[in-house]
Amino acid sequence: MAIGNSGKGYVLLAPTLLVMGLALAAPLLLLAVYSLHDQNGLALGGWTLAQYRAVLASAGYRSLFLRSIAISGLVTLVTVALAYPMAYFVAFHARRKFAWLIALTIPFWTSYLLRVFAWKIILGFDGVINSAALRLHLIDQPLSLLLYNPFAVVVTLAHAWAAFAILPIYVSLEKIDRSLLEAAGDLGDGALRRFLRITLPLSLPGVIGAAILIFVPTTGDYVTPELVGGTKGTMIANVIEVQFNSVGNWPLGAALSLVSMAMVAVIAALFVASARAAAKAAR
Amino acid sequence: MSFLSVSRVSKSFGGAAVVDAVDLSIERGEFFALLGPSGCGKTTLLRMIGGFETPDNGTIAIDGEVMNTVPPHRRPTNMVFQNYAIFPHLNVFDNIAYGLRRLRLRKDELRARAEAMLATVRLEGLGERAAGQLSGGQRQRVALARALVREPKLLLLDEPLGALDKRLREAMQVELRAIQRKVGITFLLVTHDQEEALSLSDRVAVMGAGRILQVAAPRELYERPNCRAVADFIGDMNFFHATVRQIGDSVTVNAGLLGILALPRANLAPGIRTDDHILLAIRPEHVGFSEAGVAGEIASATFLGERSHYHVKIAGRSDPVSVSGIAPTHGTVHLVFPPDHLIGLPNA
Ligand SMILES: Nc1ncnc2c1ncn2[C@@H]1O[C@H](COP(=O)(O)OP(=O)(O)OP(=O)(O)O)[C@@H](O)[C@H]1O
Ligand SMILES: [Mg+2]
Repeated sequence: MAIGNSGKGYVLLAPTLLVMGLALAAPLLLLAVYSLHDQNGLALGGWTLAQYRAVLASAGYRSLFLRSIAISGLVTLVTVALAYPMAYFVAFHARRKFAWLIALTIPFWTSYLLRVFAWKIILGFDGVINSAALRLHLIDQPLSLLLYNPFAVVVTLAHAWAAFAILPIYVSLEKIDRSLLEAAGDLGDGALRRFLRITLPLSLPGVIGAAILIFVPTTGDYVTPELVGGTKGTMIANVIEVQFNSVGNWPLGAALSLVSMAMVAVIAALFVASARAAAKAAR
Repeated sequence: MSFLSVSRVSKSFGGAAVVDAVDLSIERGEFFALLGPSGCGKTTLLRMIGGFETPDNGTIAIDGEVMNTVPPHRRPTNMVFQNYAIFPHLNVFDNIAYGLRRLRLRKDELRARAEAMLATVRLEGLGERAAGQLSGGQRQRVALARALVREPKLLLLDEPLGALDKRLREAMQVELRAIQRKVGITFLLVTHDQEEALSLSDRVAVMGAGRILQVAAPRELYERPNCRAVADFIGDMNFFHATVRQIGDSVTVNAGLLGILALPRANLAPGIRTDDHILLAIRPEHVGFSEAGVAGEIASATFLGERSHYHVKIAGRSDPVSVSGIAPTHGTVHLVFPPDHLIGLPNA
């Protein structure tokens, strides 16, 4: 039997589609089903929208959502802003690019958990920063505002995700044809204008990719706020975890998860659209 | 002082001299071509004039101002790059308007200038086309328009037609010349296509291995090359060994197979003295067939329409003589070498 070109494509995709279907779509569907029921003791009750009403009506959840988005938005901003110069340096000025890329990503060969604990040690009450500052007599007593707050969460997450920002930005910068920059210079642009009119717009796909790659997973991060966030640094994932593991209210947990997903999707889409528009406007 | 004056300019990369003590003077409004084989340093020289490389030695002055350390964006030059370097994220109009935006023109004036330039390069109505959707010829015209719209004093073109097919290239050559006449800007064109250089330019500089070999008008370059490298590079040429016997009003040479000949004094390259071994050069179309002369055998004939091209074997010489014309017979012919068309070159 002859299989068309697209047919062949699907055959090649089949194993992936199967795994995705079983491991991603099915659990998502299950989550959706759970979220539309109510809890009846330990069993599922009847179909209802009560969970969503509860999520949307609660001021507590709302502020938690906002905080999660604010924290991961800040993480995204900080990470991309710090990663861009590094990627730029490697792409445009470094002699041994490969060595630099390896060096920049070595910290990410260790476990995520290990890196979070490392920050806990650095930021802690008797941690690296406090003891060093005490020794140097910069402070009289340890600062407690370093750990267990949103600041600690932002620092830890930004560091943990840096490689995911550096690599896509580096790739998009590396792809830029250097003669375009020469042409821009020839047409009257100094270094700053060349950057704003050529380099930045052409590296935008990398920046957008990096931002999405960081924003989406960090909004739902659970480990970092749990370990370094304290009560002020709690994020939505911690509450979802509590619903599933401690309270046992799976329908509410499911509804919280889906609302959070929807929000992330909407914000990411808005971000991509506005970044594109901004690039269009800058000629 | 000339409009563009390049004096004793050198540049080496990693110890190898790529441009070697080059002198060049170009007048305002001239269409000047820089011709030479691949890798002889043409692009490097052009890039130094555009400001993308700094000379190791020598000076480059445009309109009386020394430019050596002036960055490209402050030079009165614009460049059409060998690969065009069209901005991929901008459409045709924005590519062309790129260099105008920072001039703080009024909006309608900017639009008018860019639109006029679109018309000059015959791209009317394609302003909204995305950069990625252009054909090779269109890309070349966008690159040209983008540079011209800034009205530079000097336009640098690095093999702008190199990537085009023969038909399009010929059409674009005509257009390029017409545009240059219209805008009156000085053009410096780099090419390794001798026909292009000869047909387009007012003057041509032939470059070889980082040096300028000869600067002359196209006809002079063709008729009076000053060395073997130039003669070889431009068109087809036959060479014969000879010795100078006497230099007077005319020059007497002993040309071995061709006998003793007397050439006009003007046909002898400067610097040649009596008793020097020289090369006598003659174009295939100047070699004639006749009843008497040097006997030879036609080894091959190529029909080219109006005339044919022959390779004629003559006794005592390993290379066949190239002859362009119409042979009276097949087989054995007699060749004559009119002294007026024989040029004496240094045997280097
Ligand atoms: N940035 C550079 N670093 C090292 N070598 C270079 C550099 N640019 C050019 N060269 C060398 O200098 C020589 C001349 O190069 P150039 O590009 O000027 O040649 P060209 O005459 O323009 O040739 P083509 O007709 O092929 O474009 C070449 O051998 C090239 O390898
Ligand atoms: Mg070149």
